[in-house]
Amino acid sequence: MIKGIDALMKASDLPDAFTAEPGSTLAFKTGDWRSLRPKLDREKCIYCAFCYIYCPDGVYQDMGKDEKYFKPDLDYCKGCGICAHECPKKCIEMVLEEV
Amino acid sequence: MAKPIGLEVSLAVSEAVRLCDCDVVAAYPITPQTHIVEHLSELVANGHLNAAYIPVESEQSAMSSCIGSSAAGARTFTATSSQGLALMNEMLYIAPVLRTPIVMAIANRALSAPINIWNDHSDIMSVRDAGWVGLFAENGQEALDLTIVSFRVAEDRQVSLPVTLNIDGFTLSHFIEPILLPTLEEVAAYLPPFKPLVKLDIAKPISMGLLGTPESYAESRKATDDVLLGSLSVIKKAFAEFHKAFGREYKAVETYKSDDAETVLLTMGSISETAMTAVDEMREKGEKVGLVRLRVWRPFPSEDFLQAVSKAKNLAVIDRHISLGVPFGPVCLEAKSLLYDAPARPSVTNFILGLGGRDVTREDFKEITQKAKALSGKSQSRFDLIGVWE
Repeated sequence: MIKGIDALMKASDLPDAFTAEPGSTLAFKTGDWRSLRPKLDREKCIYCAFCYIYCPDGVYQDMGKDEKYFKPDLDYCKGCGICAHECPKKCIEMVLEEV
Repeated sequence: MAKPIGLEVSLAVSEAVRLCDCDVVAAYPITPQTHIVEHLSELVANGHLNAAYIPVESEQSAMSSCIGSSAAGARTFTATSSQGLALMNEMLYIAPVLRTPIVMAIANRALSAPINIWNDHSDIMSVRDAGWVGLFAENGQEALDLTIVSFRVAEDRQVSLPVTLNIDGFTLSHFIEPILLPTLEEVAAYLPPFKPLVKLDIAKPISMGLLGTPESYAESRKATDDVLLGSLSVIKKAFAEFHKAFGREYKAVETYKSDDAETVLLTMGSISETAMTAVDEMREKGEKVGLVRLRVWRPFPSEDFLQAVSKAKNLAVIDRHISLGVPFGPVCLEAKSLLYDAPARPSVTNFILGLGGRDVTREDFKEITQKAKALSGKSQSRFDLIGVWE
């Protein structure tokens, strides 16, 4: 487990100089910032990788030549909707994140 | 026994930096601090100090370079004044939280406007909340000694914070005084090699300068405040060991004939020596007056201060800066807030003098003493600006 700055950390438990080990943002899951979630219609998807390229957080993973689609990692997707906007086939819909 | 040599106080600070075997100097020249870094660049160029001298394009870059070099484990020094300190402002608040020890001499100078290159304390007061340790020197020997102490305090792993060493611009920085120079060996015995608390190291990488979310920002500021408050004991220990090694004694709060004083004057910086002469002259005439000086401005030495002033009947707090829009100067505000809860407290009055290089004389302290006595037990609605032409 990579040590980072955790939410609700006491002042006395913070690391010296407010530092973190490299890659600590992996431990900082931003998925709960999301209010809209991308929903893919795989029937219309042409596996063009626009969502993968345009995603500002790099959360899309290539599912490979057999599956032929890209899947967002919802632990980190902030729900910005850029993938849906850029998709040439309009096969990504932003749906309300149900609590 | 070493003999004192005649040396400009600015150059004494540079020589102290050489004796501390500093690794990096990043600075931008500004009056009246220029002689310090000018002499350091000579020392580096002539091979007397094995350091990297970074001639930066602004003070903001100077402080950024200092934070970086300190984080990389280099003993780091810079110096500035007034507008230069103001230009560093955003970086000044970053260095303490990143726990990067840096020693910065400030040749204290008034802030514009109007443009003024002369001495007062408005520059340091503008960054009083930034989280730096703040020390004040009163004469040349103290400026040299406290530069060495500053490195020791800054780099102590319990502290690991930046330190400002305040010397009054011109009235102290440009005077030639007899100064005892310790040897490299003596300083090396007092100041251990710099072993950083956290370090930028390719072999063991860390991230510095992280985002502090609403869930962690307050905690990080409090953690830094805890360290700064806790540094007072390290400062006192550094003073005590300096006394042992070099024979010159320093205290967080210095007192002069204040034990039995009815009226106590409170000062910081080089005007304290003028005030001491004034106290001597008033004492000769039977005036029960004394002097208390803050050597350590941050962390505020609350207990030492209360102990030094609580027996007095009157306390005249002398400020060298107007906090515009507030009835009292910054030193007076600290004094009043601490004394509010004290079981016995003196009648506190506030006097501001020596702004923008206006001369501070013995007569000013005599006038202040008489005014403080006259106001005893009465409330003062606003500071009294001494020597103002109106």
